[in-house]
Amino acid sequence: MKTLRVELVAADRAVWSGEAKMVVAKTVEGEIGLLPGHEPMLAILASGDVRITLPTGEAIKATAAEGFLSVEHDIVTIVARDAQLA
Amino acid sequence: MGAQLRVYRQKIKSAQTTKKITRAMELISASRIYKAQQRLTAASPYSRAITRAVSAVATFSNIDHPLTTEPAEIRRSAVVIFTSDRGLAGAFSTNVLKEAEQLTQLLKDQGKEIVYYLVGRKSVSFFSFRKRAAIRAWTGGTDLPVFTTAEEIAKEVVGLFNTDYSAGGVDEIHLVYNKFISMISQEPQVVRLLPLEVVEGVETPGDSEIFPLYEFEPDASKVLDALLPVYIESRIFNAMLQSAAAEHAARQKAMKSATENADKLIKNYTRLSNSARQSEITQQISEIVGGADALVDTSDKE
Repeated sequence: MKTLRVELVAADRAVWSGEAKMVVAKTVEGEIGLLPGHEPMLAILASGDVRITLPTGEAIKATAAEGFLSVEHDIVTIVARDAQLA
Repeated sequence: MGAQLRVYRQKIKSAQTTKKITRAMELISASRIYKAQQRLTAASPYSRAITRAVSAVATFSNIDHPLTTEPAEIRRSAVVIFTSDRGLAGAFSTNVLKEAEQLTQLLKDQGKEIVYYLVGRKSVSFFSFRKRAAIRAWTGGTDLPVFTTAEEIAKEVVGLFNTDYSAGGVDEIHLVYNKFISMISQEPQVVRLLPLEVVEGVETPGDSEIFPLYEFEPDASKVLDALLPVYIESRIFNAMLQSAAAEHAARQKAMKSATENADKLIKNYTRLSNSARQSEITQQISEIVGGADALVDTSDKE
């Protein structure tokens, strides 16, 4: 099964990175769910939760504020000024 | 004790005191380089991710945005100079200021006006000594930069960039800072921040290549509006971190050679003071021997 490569970075450090099955994040237009094979996208992040579902089915929750979400070739980069694992 | 000897002893003592100070500074800087380097590596994923995102928009969309399009005519440029707060770091600040002077000359030759922003006390004193004006200066904390300062600088320069020329705005922004290459080498860098020039990390797509079509949320221009200030911020913060790491490295190197110099001085003066002491003793012996001889001579005659 294809997976997403997820990178969650804050201004002063990398918060989390790894493989994931699904990523749910909140953009200014509303919540968005990303699965492997998603079209390239660049969105402004609204402050809120980011939920990352690992291939094992486990879920990781993080909060992110003021940032961006970019998707390209199954690489999801969430860049936020403040981000931390909940 | 002879006067000569006393002078040498004094010089040895002062060299020893200096050595203690330079040695301490060397050790402090050595421990701080490591920390500064760590901060640099910790912040790099962020700037890399932002840079990649900016490149994506710049490469894959053709919207006109004031921050990405080259103005028809550049009449005024802003130059941000990053030096250190304190000296005793070798040619660290001098190198950057020299580079800034060269850039100034180049821009002036192109008929542009220049306005300055200064970071670090050394650049401020350089400018005030030459009675030159700078719009704003940030001093204190160059050896441990914080993100809020980068934010402030970014706000200021982007604000000026978005201002019209007639109202005092600028058309381009340059950064001059020391780049940390390794423990022993730092290089002054001049980077044009705005309008965006070099898009790093993304190969220019060939003509035959099909671009992935980017989707923007909410829309491309809004994304750019939000993204570019953040990008500028992260570039400025990166410059500050680089400069801080380079400052510690330069100081460590300078203080190391100062300590070695003090060692050499101490050795030389010790030699000199030994020979001064020896010649003093020799003189005293010959005086005593001479005196005794004279006494023997006089008693013989009697």
